[in-house]
Amino acid sequence: MSKAQPKMKQVFDRPRSLKDVPWHFCPGCHHGVIHRLVGEQLDAFGLREKTVGVASVGCSVFLYDYFDLDVVESPHGRAAAVATGVKRARPDRFVFTYQGDGDLAAIGTAEIVHAANRGEKITVVFVNNAVFGMTGGQMAPTTLEGQVTTTTPRGRDIELAGPPIRISEMLSTLDGASYVARVAVDNIKNLKKAKAALKRAFEYQVNGWGFSFVEFLSSCPTNWHMPPEAANERVGKEMAHFFPLGVYKDIKAARDEAAE
Amino acid sequence: MTRSANPMYFDTIIAGFGGQGVMLMGNMLAYAAMEAGKQVTYMPVYGVEMRGGTANCTVVISDRPVGSPIVHEPMCAVVLNRPSAERFGPRVRKNGLLLVNASLIAKDQVSTRAKRVYHVPSLELATEAGNPRLGNMVMLGALAQLSGLLTVEQVVKSLPKALDTRYHKLIPANSAALRLGARFVSPGS
Amino acid sequence: MAKRVLVKGNEAVAMGAIAAGCRYYFGYPITPQNEIPEYMSAHLPEVGGVFLQAESEIASINMLLGAAATGARVMTSSSSPGISLKQEGISYLCGSEIPGVIVNMSRSGPGLGGIHPSQGDYFQATRGGGHGDYRTLVLAPSTAQENYDLTMLAFDLADKYRNPVMILGDALLGGIKEPVKLTPYKKQPPAKDWALTGCEGRGQRILKSLYLSEGELTKQNWKLWKKYQAMAKEVRYELYRAEDAKLILVAFGSVGRILKTTVDILRDKGRQVGLLRPVTLYPFPAKAVREAAVRCGRLMVLELNTGQMVEDVRLAADCQAPVDFYGRPPGSIPTPDELAMEVDKVWRKTAGKGGAK
Repeated sequence: MSKAQPKMKQVFDRPRSLKDVPWHFCPGCHHGVIHRLVGEQLDAFGLREKTVGVASVGCSVFLYDYFDLDVVESPHGRAAAVATGVKRARPDRFVFTYQGDGDLAAIGTAEIVHAANRGEKITVVFVNNAVFGMTGGQMAPTTLEGQVTTTTPRGRDIELAGPPIRISEMLSTLDGASYVARVAVDNIKNLKKAKAALKRAFEYQVNGWGFSFVEFLSSCPTNWHMPPEAANERVGKEMAHFFPLGVYKDIKAARDEAAE
Repeated sequence: MTRSANPMYFDTIIAGFGGQGVMLMGNMLAYAAMEAGKQVTYMPVYGVEMRGGTANCTVVISDRPVGSPIVHEPMCAVVLNRPSAERFGPRVRKNGLLLVNASLIAKDQVSTRAKRVYHVPSLELATEAGNPRLGNMVMLGALAQLSGLLTVEQVVKSLPKALDTRYHKLIPANSAALRLGARFVSPGS
Repeated sequence: MAKRVLVKGNEAVAMGAIAAGCRYYFGYPITPQNEIPEYMSAHLPEVGGVFLQAESEIASINMLLGAAATGARVMTSSSSPGISLKQEGISYLCGSEIPGVIVNMSRSGPGLGGIHPSQGDYFQATRGGGHGDYRTLVLAPSTAQENYDLTMLAFDLADKYRNPVMILGDALLGGIKEPVKLTPYKKQPPAKDWALTGCEGRGQRILKSLYLSEGELTKQNWKLWKKYQAMAKEVRYELYRAEDAKLILVAFGSVGRILKTTVDILRDKGRQVGLLRPVTLYPFPAKAVREAAVRCGRLMVLELNTGQMVEDVRLAADCQAPVDFYGRPPGSIPTPDELAMEVDKVWRKTAGKGGAK
């Protein structure tokens, strides 16, 4: 290093687990932030070279273009079953899925429920933006009442389509699920909580404590037809109202508490 | 080599009520045949028939690889109940062999063109062997004796391997039943 | 000498799989193949493997996909309706070039159908079965011994071509008991430089079937096509008393073996008939069929369906010989004598006029 240069300390960088490539995500979409949070934890636990990622179908399908990891792509909704296969064959590897709400909460409901109930030692990153993003903004099981999508042009009608499904609440009722949390990345406070939840979820797998699941509420400005700022605001106001944030299950903490 | 020109070919259908030990007979016959170095196929018939009239299985034994595991007109049939006698008795070949469980089937209830028909009082002989439930082994002993392919002693010899260890205490009674069945159909006995 | 054991056809498949190094099995119960998962559940843990009963057929094929992606030898099995559900996963396996062995002990359809043996899944097995332009290798055993031997072969072929291999049996082949010689597996499975093991000390590996960039998917499909062409050399078939035959019967699986007895019956009557039994259904032994057509001048296809493989035989025969057909829907297993009657009809119609060419 040249003496002429002033000493500068780098305080922010791209996680090593992420590649140095531009996102394809829309402006204001939360996928980029959530990718980064996952990358940070992979780095923090030293897992980049010990991980097999499981991509799903939806906007996050290009996981392998952003993460510098071994990745297998799943059929739509089947990521939890694919991850089960990976983890059973290689229990020494860190295995995570990254799935949207169309993938996990609609076509893949059976797979996620049973993977959770078997207590598969995998980590699931679930991104809930209340809409089918990649296919152009159709109704998802998580679409809120009255929300206009391309297949609910008059707004989601509960009589017709039923109410939105709350996955975290549902999974936390399963004895096999060990850690379940719902977080958001719409402000700094929530971002810090999201980071902590993800760290905890990683700990669960690394220590072999069981199935861990983090649901991220996410914006989708494009399909919500909102400017990024308004979409970000909607996450905190409307979505978090129906999908309350918090840790739904942390059996290790509960056990530790009981032991004290 | 053709089927008729092959002296070492034998097929049989064994039939009776579920619970009479039909499948076990077929299994043991197949096992003894394998132990004797022969080619063999055992085919159980499951499905609706299992819940209705009869359960049955087909065993084909040969010195050559077995082609068809299913036989419409068998060289031999062993019938343990009346519905089986009615169904399979008429199907046995003219120069074939029919073994009838005389404890449950009267002579006039059997219609067949088979030249050799044996009415074996399986229940009585099994009781003599020490266990009235071993009627199937009596019939198997008779079958082995008459098949011309195996000796009853070969079947007895295969018992320890063919039977699960938890049934090994029953081997002496099984052996006795097999031998009584064989003796019953032996000429001059 | 290898040990001979008397086992059910389904058990022979499971034994062959474990012998060939299969250590992971994922499945869902369905008659008539339940002895396979039952055997695997009892014996895989003994060799350090994992048996997992999945929540669905769909989950089980995807668990296979995940485990096979790490380079392991993996199997799933089912029967017709269950195999339909697995087709999505099989398409992804082909597209992502992940090997695996899928056993179909087929039963009768369509729909829930019944549990009788059937050969109604021939099209599904040999035409890919799912979406997209792909093929799976298809092996059709006809004895318990072949169930054992061909399952071993299936793992080798799957690894060799990085492609799923299907074993197409039926309720009869799964249910019969026969002596099986437990030939030990002596090959060394190939190294897998594509397997996902965590990218320690190397670059990232990706297994995927999505190709959106300009020209990428076309290229991938041509690559797969070349592979399917290369598979042609794996053709296997059996000829039985066919040398001097003036009518050659073509049949696979259980009908193929039943016909051996039929051929014997007809030979006793002086009919010069023989048998060609395809063992690989994909690749199809087209060359052998054509040769038989040219040499003998008359073919007859027999199937336990209303006409599927006959299309491949007619294509392969290439108008070199007339191709007769006897088939019937499931419901009962044809006896050798019944089939002899049907073959004899064709024989008498043509009075053994084959062999003209």
